[in-house]
Amino acid sequence: MPSMDDYRGQEPAWCPGCGNFQILTAVKQALIELGLMPHQVLLVSGIGQSSKLPHYMRCNTFNGLHGRTLPVATGAKLANHELVVIAVAGDGDCYGEGGNHLIHTIRRNIDITLLVHNNQIYGLTKGQASPTSDAGMVTKLQPHGVVLSPFNPIAFAVSMDAGFVARGFSGDIPHLTEMIKEGIGHRGFSMIDILQPCVTFNKLNTYAWYRERVYRLSDHDPYDRRLAFERALEWGERIPIGVIYRNHRPAFEGLVPALKKGLLVEDAGRPPIDTLLNQLY
Amino acid sequence: MVVDYTIKIGGEAGQGLQTIGYILARVLVRAGYHVFANQDYESRIRGGHNFFQIRFSDKRVLSASEGVDILVALDRASIERHRGELTGDGMILYDPDSLKVRYREPFFLDVPMQALAIDAGGRVMMNTVAVGAVLGMLNHDFGILEDVLKETFMKKGTEVVENNIKAGRSGYEYAKENCRRCVFVLSGGDGRRRMLISGNEALAIGAINAGCRFISAYPMTPSTGIITYMASKAEEFSIVAEQAEDEIAAINMAIGASFAGVRAMTATSGGGFCLMTEGVSLAGMTETPIVIVLAQRPGPATGLPTRTEQGELFFSLFSGHGEFPRAILAPRDAEDAFYTIQKAFNIAEKYQSVVFVMSDQHLADSYWSVDGLDPQRIGIERGLLQDDEVSEGYLRHRITETGVSPRAIPGQAGKAVVVTDSDEHDEEGHIIEDAAMRKAMVEKRMKKQEGIASEISIPALYGDERPDILLIGWGSTHGAIIEAVDILNKKGVNTSMLHLNEIWPLHPKVADIIHGAGTAYTVENNFTGQLGRLIRMETGLDLKGSITRYDGRPFTAGEIVRRVEDAING
Repeated sequence: MPSMDDYRGQEPAWCPGCGNFQILTAVKQALIELGLMPHQVLLVSGIGQSSKLPHYMRCNTFNGLHGRTLPVATGAKLANHELVVIAVAGDGDCYGEGGNHLIHTIRRNIDITLLVHNNQIYGLTKGQASPTSDAGMVTKLQPHGVVLSPFNPIAFAVSMDAGFVARGFSGDIPHLTEMIKEGIGHRGFSMIDILQPCVTFNKLNTYAWYRERVYRLSDHDPYDRRLAFERALEWGERIPIGVIYRNHRPAFEGLVPALKKGLLVEDAGRPPIDTLLNQLY
Repeated sequence: MVVDYTIKIGGEAGQGLQTIGYILARVLVRAGYHVFANQDYESRIRGGHNFFQIRFSDKRVLSASEGVDILVALDRASIERHRGELTGDGMILYDPDSLKVRYREPFFLDVPMQALAIDAGGRVMMNTVAVGAVLGMLNHDFGILEDVLKETFMKKGTEVVENNIKAGRSGYEYAKENCRRCVFVLSGGDGRRRMLISGNEALAIGAINAGCRFISAYPMTPSTGIITYMASKAEEFSIVAEQAEDEIAAINMAIGASFAGVRAMTATSGGGFCLMTEGVSLAGMTETPIVIVLAQRPGPATGLPTRTEQGELFFSLFSGHGEFPRAILAPRDAEDAFYTIQKAFNIAEKYQSVVFVMSDQHLADSYWSVDGLDPQRIGIERGLLQDDEVSEGYLRHRITETGVSPRAIPGQAGKAVVVTDSDEHDEEGHIIEDAAMRKAMVEKRMKKQEGIASEISIPALYGDERPDILLIGWGSTHGAIIEAVDILNKKGVNTSMLHLNEIWPLHPKVADIIHGAGTAYTVENNFTGQLGRLIRMETGLDLKGSITRYDGRPFTAGEIVRRVEDAING
């Protein structure tokens, strides 16, 4: 069995009290409880405070470019579909810069677990509005308040018929750990939107603000898409966390002819191309 | 007498020019001739004016000629546009009924192609009638066409095959009987067995032969044929050929696949490559091997989507923010493309770097007859650690004398943990900001440029070592330049060609060759003479100038000859 020691990484450079610490704990805990060793796991991240997470633990890591977490993860998963591939992104990273990739990764339904650290603010660039910032939020760059409507990632994913859609809260580590375990266990694309306070820049969506509103879903049938939509639209007074929607769409890897014979990465050496050349004569 | 004829098939998009042209080219290759065929088409699905031009000879032919011996006109526009290209004994083949016009000049051959096709079973076979008619005009043996038609239509059943053979034969016999002005003399070629291959096919098959298992791309003319070909072989060769949502995703997927341990590539054209440049930089920083086929077309912006240009040498050289090593290769024709892309994969993996394979519409869409391709000539050099060389404390970016870090893949040997970062990183791959480590990492990465330079072949000089005139080219202009050199030498102008199919890093021998020549020009399909500027940048040598063409069309040997003569005569 792996232990916390196996996953020990560098000293985090996040602000004290940042929700990222709790997410980091939940990720490690989930991997340990699933019995996964660091070499079996690949974390792909983009750019943002969230995307530094892989450096603060120990496993295969590709920390790529802003917004490009999902395509890199897709390529790696197709190359070696035995790897447990987790994409780590932020709200700006995944819902802003990389929005197009999210649409199509949901369509592909590839077996990747996406964790979106959603703090409703840009942390790394010091406090601008993000795609999920509530309307009216005042920042240095939006001095008159945010006028764009916030992006609703859960409703979006449900509308796209994503295979697994969940919401977690960094302030509830045991629940978040379960969400991550379920997401990894799901065969196909799983998206976990994680509500996370930014103690430095987001003075609106604080721990207290979340604790007043967040509740764990119970008696909810995640396979019922209509009910899932209802829960997805719930925001404001009460905010549900848990598995909001899931289905049995087949995972992409099983539908790609090239992967039928095994892992792409298993080096088969030089293929015989005589048939290809003979067709040209 | 040397056989050297050109057949041009002109018509609208959607009339099946490509099919006629391809079948005819295959017949001529099978008959033992050397063939070069190029395509000129508009960015539309129906209508407009397109042509497919086939040159065949009993000596090697590498570019299009300016004269046309047989023009197959499927519409009136083809006649009006191309009748001026007809050679002395040239003939125009057309169907007065379907074109609703009758030409009286003696160099027209009226063939009721539509009526003959309907007799054979359907109007759809007009093209087969046309192919048969061309062979009849050439007084060529019919048997080979019969074989090619069988192979082409086999999948559609015996009735379709039989009808097509009937259609082909009726066109053949009609033309043979009625073309009294046809004086074409054939030699039967040299009887050697050759293949007919396009640039895109050669790049795709070369990639497969190199063990490439992953291509992600977004469709863009003229590069699309590469992923399409590989997709058609995906199951047989266990290749993932993924159509990405955009070019940004395409290059990032390929980088992800390469990081995880498979040979991966992408292919695009200039506009798509614009979106990829952040990925080029990412590959440079994370030292992830990647092969990019950049199939150029005229820009800026959407430009001329279906035409040819060599406008992106500098773009590839300077693409991506920051400083990092790379290689730029530029195959001269289909045969060279097959080998060059294999070399590209080896350089990419040995030096964990970006390697460009520069193509263009002229290379991508043209067909060459090739004696054969040797699947074993270029070995596979992956530059990966063996399982027993992987240890627990593995450092992905270990600093070494060559700058190349031993490369393991995630999970290798049941223990490797592989870490990399687009941020500056330490040897393990973790994010750092430390000045000394930054300096060491920059130097480590740039050190690889020396290794890459050592892989570049000595550039090929064609002709005298100390010529009066030196023509320097790169990529797909090779065929036109080499034929121009032959013509100029016959005319008494002592001319040689220096052709670079491996451009960057620039080989030092280039300067020596230029020093030995009287006057040197580059010949380039662009406005600014980018290779000439690159040579000056690297060697300090000022060339006499550049012979450029930027109307979206490929050079012909004749044009290069005229331009050189103009330059000499001042």
